[in-house]
Amino acid sequence: MAGFFAKLFGGFSQIDDDFYEELFEMLVLGDVGARTADDIVEKLKEQVKENHIKNPDDCKEFLKRNMKEKMLVPDGGFDFEKERSVIFIIGVNGVGKTTTIGKLASMFKKEGKRVLLAAADTFRAAATEQLREWADRAGVEMVGGKEGQDPSSVLFDAIASAKAKTVDVLLVDTAGRLHNKKNLMDELEKMNRLINSYYPLVHRENLVVLDGTTGQNALNQAREFSQVTKLTGFVMTKMDGTAKGGIAVAIQSELGIPVKYIGTGEKIDDIKRFDADEYVEGLFS
Amino acid sequence: MAFESLSDKLQNTFKKLRSKGLLTEDDVKTALKEVKMALLEADVNFKVVKQFINSVQERAVGQDVMNGLNPGQMVIKIVNEELVELMGPECAEIDFLPGKAITVLMMCGLQGAGKTTATAKLAGALVKKGKRPLLVACDIYRPGAIKQLQINGEKVNVPVFEMGDNNSPVNIAKAAIEHASKNDNNVVILDTAGRLHIDEEMMEELILIKDNVDVHQTILVVDAMTGQDAVTVADEFNSRIGIDGVILSKMDGDARGGAALSVKAVTRKPIFFVGMGEKLTDLEQFYPDRMANRILGMGDVLSLIEKAEENIAIDEETSKDMVGRLKKGKFDYNDYLESLKQMNNLGGLSSILGMLPGMGVKMKDIEGQIDEKQLKQTEAIILSMTKEERANPKIMSLPRKGRIAKGAGVDIAVVNRFVKQFEQTQKMMKQMPGMFGKKKGMGGLGGMFGNFF
Repeated sequence: MAGFFAKLFGGFSQIDDDFYEELFEMLVLGDVGARTADDIVEKLKEQVKENHIKNPDDCKEFLKRNMKEKMLVPDGGFDFEKERSVIFIIGVNGVGKTTTIGKLASMFKKEGKRVLLAAADTFRAAATEQLREWADRAGVEMVGGKEGQDPSSVLFDAIASAKAKTVDVLLVDTAGRLHNKKNLMDELEKMNRLINSYYPLVHRENLVVLDGTTGQNALNQAREFSQVTKLTGFVMTKMDGTAKGGIAVAIQSELGIPVKYIGTGEKIDDIKRFDADEYVEGLFS
Repeated sequence: MAFESLSDKLQNTFKKLRSKGLLTEDDVKTALKEVKMALLEADVNFKVVKQFINSVQERAVGQDVMNGLNPGQMVIKIVNEELVELMGPECAEIDFLPGKAITVLMMCGLQGAGKTTATAKLAGALVKKGKRPLLVACDIYRPGAIKQLQINGEKVNVPVFEMGDNNSPVNIAKAAIEHASKNDNNVVILDTAGRLHIDEEMMEELILIKDNVDVHQTILVVDAMTGQDAVTVADEFNSRIGIDGVILSKMDGDARGGAALSVKAVTRKPIFFVGMGEKLTDLEQFYPDRMANRILGMGDVLSLIEKAEENIAIDEETSKDMVGRLKKGKFDYNDYLESLKQMNNLGGLSSILGMLPGMGVKMKDIEGQIDEKQLKQTEAIILSMTKEERANPKIMSLPRKGRIAKGAGVDIAVVNRFVKQFEQTQKMMKQMPGMFGKKKGMGGLGGMFGNFF
């Protein structure tokens, strides 16, 4: 996505309707969504008017600041990494949930933490096998169950194991079902109760994994999952392709949930903490 | 919800379009502005949208506004037709070799597009058609991929050929075809690994399979939720590897699926199937009209258009007749009844009003004034009249009213009120015959409503 806006600011010598139309088009092409793109353009128009800006280059800073504001991870957003924590990984199928867990596990382990995985997605065929493979690659342990088993029973075993081994981070893979919201809600609710009774005082983190190539439906997904459980952040995957992942802007401005990590490939190290400054600067450089 | 506000916006836009007769450039532009936003919100690629809007604009300006529709709806009708045309053809079929000859299908797509699931679904569907498919695990990279295919293969009762993850996909494909010919399978489906369209090495792998194995059809699996990037992906796969068709996955969610249009526009290749969910039976035929409807997200407007179309034949005949009578100053109970019937044909008054853009908000006030029950009652009253009474309203008298009230099962006061109302309407009709002359089509009460709202 680097240099995404470079063309815009290089190609216009004055701020006119064509400039705004082009900005709108670029934002939409980046999957920001027509509505959010329109909001961004309208806000910039106001700022340009108020500050008597004539030169496209001078409105660049405003645009940057507007976008950074929309993507900032709040203070303390990564605190859970420093404490004993349980991280639920939530998301629909195919977004890269299991891969993300593998990458996070490896990253935390390399930072000297004790990591345990819980394969609580007992619904999808071979989900447990796939997670085990990642556990092996990351060199961490995993607690799993059989296809169709109650996810809570897997989590129960995992908690027991986490306590016995004084684990720092317990990463929980959940089923990617959205279509039966009630079931998933009940399932997560049951798992929450389990943690409250058997593993209290741990730091809780609920991360939704979203596919960076997904369009406006990613906003729906985030919205739906936020109704199921309290979300604390999301992970944007598949950011190594040609998609721009602009939907993150829309999600953050509507739901106030920040991007915390981005996945940039299939290798185990292809994950990093999200930095709004770096991301936005990259768009303009 | 996003859709509601879009619908509201559309209604407000349509209210501004007042021209009659031919669609003006302004009408078309205003309506298409909303269509553009709708398509963008559905994730149709910006460039595809631009092109589409331009071609519709050319076609729409100067067209006759169909009876029963306002200019905005007329534009939507044209947009919908163009969309369906673009999405077609309906129920495209995968090409198979006849008899025992082995047809090789290669599935490809991005990671997480739903290839393995779609592959198993396709195999299951082929079994039902009397084919004997063999599934082949060519994804040697993703952990759990082979296992997933095996489990899914078992569920649809289709054998799975695998050689672990230590052989090249080309070798696996070759061995699989040999295996198929020995085991009497006539379709071989290669489930390849998910890959990025910009990953040189991985794209090369697919080309290598095609070079070494006689692949008859290459099928691209596209996630219906894909955003703007769908064009880039489809274009790369098509130009580098060459695809013959598309399976659209994950259509069971609430995605509007604009990616389907983007992919179709850049590849011009048919969409064979849509995947509707996790269960392995959920593979459906592709219907361009349903897809167009979903992408546009204006089902309510479209169903009104459809109903108007259905009724136009009957409507035109009776209206012509009625307009002629009205011009002569004639308006009797038969005409009144005819008007009522026309409205009922359109699905009843509240249904029509509900479907009309701009009506959503006002529905409640209007329902209070014109309630459908009352219209039913009116119909009963007229039907209780003799032929003579209907054709010649002047002969109405108190004993006649009493008989009619009994027949319709209402109080005589109701009949009185209706007759008075009718006489007023009759007077009104005589005063403004011009109203019906200008606008052909929905005459009678239907026409009146058309002008009032």
